Amino acid sequence: MQTVSQIIPAADKPRRVARVFGHTPFLAWLLGAAAAVLLEHLLGETFAGLVGLSKVPVLFGLMILMSKPLLFPGALLYVAVIYLLPLLCVAGLLTRPANLVAAALLRFGPAFAVIVHLALFYGVLHFWADISGYRELTVKFTLIAVLLTLSLNLINGYMGEFSCSHPGFMALGAYGASTFTLTLFVNNPLFGKALLPGFLGPWLFPLGLVFGGLLASLGALLIAIPSFKTRGDYLAIISLAFLFIVKSLLENLPFLGGPRGMGGQPDYAGLPVVFAWTAMGVWIMNNYVRSTLGKSLNAIRDDEAAAEAMSVDTRHTKMTAFMFAAFWAGVAGGLFAHVMRFINPATFGVQRLAEMLAMVYFGGLNSVYGSIVGAVSLNLLGEALRPLELFKWIFIPLLLILVMIFRPTGLLAFREFDAVRLVRPLDRDSQGGAP
Amino acid sequence: MSLLRVEQLTHYFGGLRAVHNFSLTIEAGRMHGLIGPNGAGKTTIFNLITGVHAPTAGRVVFAGEEITGLQPHRIAARGLGRTFQDLKLWRHMTVLEHVKMARYATIGYGLIGAFFGTPRRRREEAEIEENACRLLEMLGIEHLAEQVVTNLPYGVQRRVEMARALALDPRLLLLDEPTVGMTPEELNQMMELIRRINGELGLAILLIEHRMKMVMELCRHISVVVFGDLIAEGAPAAIQNDRRVIEAYLGKDTVAT
Repeated sequence: MQTVSQIIPAADKPRRVARVFGHTPFLAWLLGAAAAVLLEHLLGETFAGLVGLSKVPVLFGLMILMSKPLLFPGALLYVAVIYLLPLLCVAGLLTRPANLVAAALLRFGPAFAVIVHLALFYGVLHFWADISGYRELTVKFTLIAVLLTLSLNLINGYMGEFSCSHPGFMALGAYGASTFTLTLFVNNPLFGKALLPGFLGPWLFPLGLVFGGLLASLGALLIAIPSFKTRGDYLAIISLAFLFIVKSLLENLPFLGGPRGMGGQPDYAGLPVVFAWTAMGVWIMNNYVRSTLGKSLNAIRDDEAAAEAMSVDTRHTKMTAFMFAAFWAGVAGGLFAHVMRFINPATFGVQRLAEMLAMVYFGGLNSVYGSIVGAVSLNLLGEALRPLELFKWIFIPLLLILVMIFRPTGLLAFREFDAVRLVRPLDRDSQGGAP
Repeated sequence: MSLLRVEQLTHYFGGLRAVHNFSLTIEAGRMHGLIGPNGAGKTTIFNLITGVHAPTAGRVVFAGEEITGLQPHRIAARGLGRTFQDLKLWRHMTVLEHVKMARYATIGYGLIGAFFGTPRRRREEAEIEENACRLLEMLGIEHLAEQVVTNLPYGVQRRVEMARALALDPRLLLLDEPTVGMTPEELNQMMELIRRINGELGLAILLIEHRMKMVMELCRHISVVVFGDLIAEGAPAAIQNDRRVIEAYLGKDTVAT
């Protein structure tokens, strides 16, 4: 009798949690996160001292896990008290008002609601990253990785081809954008005196990124012309060759710095800039893959002959998508160059390719959510494993093998990302009222 | 003027002669049968008409314009829809997405619309969706619109394929063995459906089929191909009694006795 009564509440627990948080809208979660970040700003330092940490754990204690495992319980406690507790409390308490606010926001139009949520999300991210420079750098690299992963996913996931040239496109974008800003706005040994006054720099920086992106698209066109003429594995081979060509070209062109690279890029890629470009990239790419025009990529992947017979111009579509993906890889490369403020050809090698592929396949093919999850989780994991140095490259591939065995298409494959759905209120009234 | 005119079509795969001097004429709104033993070259003829292969010799004229050697997607956009013997559905896509995809050639919003979600795109996508839903309703599968095709029973998958081909808004539909592997009940429904497509929509249909009874009932005109050669053409009754057709299907000895 006793065992039965023990089992029933236990089995009921997930359902009870679902009942509490099942109607919690995204807005409430954001407010919860804001509360957690605020608490960290106010009490983080003090509480870190209380649990025996010398400073605030930078990435949820992940770094401590490998370098100083003894301090990990303290970090775990910190995460629970400073992050989880306020997050759950505020999200739970604000469920009802947040639903009302979310419904009100939607009345001003879906675009307005999404922008408000995005702004709030940025605010939370900004104040979280504010705590340490290292955190901010990690956030920037993660955002850039999202852009890279999603654009690679367009080819390897949505279109079902296998492209290896993404680091090459990234390099073209990085060198293109760097050349643009260094020539125009900075006195430097490679390109001489600045041609334009420096205050114009941040305003024209988007042009530099677009220039880098277009350069990458041009590179993609060179690959696309021979690769998409016939079907088969040509793209994988040609794109791999392209990656090596780009890398050795950059190593052997002295006016681009040769193997020693190019440094001194101006500090134009602040967190707001990187965030805005990532958000825009995700928005545009998601728009594309959700249109009938973009869905033709899926048709080509699943059966090219049928796609042709249904009036899809397969070659044109493949080339467009490939150049489009390369453009965003180029933009990501330009951002990367201005976050690092130094680039060299070795940065854009096969190792970077492996990282990107891991993010795509771990997160999930054919999915924006998957790309975000893959980029964020592997970036955090990479940081956590940093103390292990080279052994990092044993763990990450191992993880990848496990994912391939247990979830061959990745964690969140084949999900459609709908920002308006994400921000809608979740209570019963508004669900009943919604069309 | 006839809708489709195939003249002296010949095709070689390397040294193998798959189709030889094949000619065919289909009038608008007619139903035409294409029969022949396995390996006779029926599907190759389909592939030649729809542009999958470019013929070694001969011409294909569709609605007064020559389409020989055009790319398949251009031919499809001109109003020539087809289904495949082995379905060729897109396994990760939903039923609705299948039907919408066939409107690809009519999309006018271009890349700008696709990237930025312009009002024009929203309008066109809504039109495409409405048109797709109408077709699904006509085929009685509108309740499955959001289902991924892989999860659906075979008979329904055939209907999805048919809906997809119809979404092209074709004037001529090429059906490659649409009833292969079907239960008798599914078979009857498919025959009914083909009749309706021909009758209500006024579509011309070229049908490859192995079930003689079905071809004889549906088509008023039949072509018989054996080893790439057209050996007989005419009304069902004439075909049934044609000496060479019987020979091809049953062997010479049977006719002799």
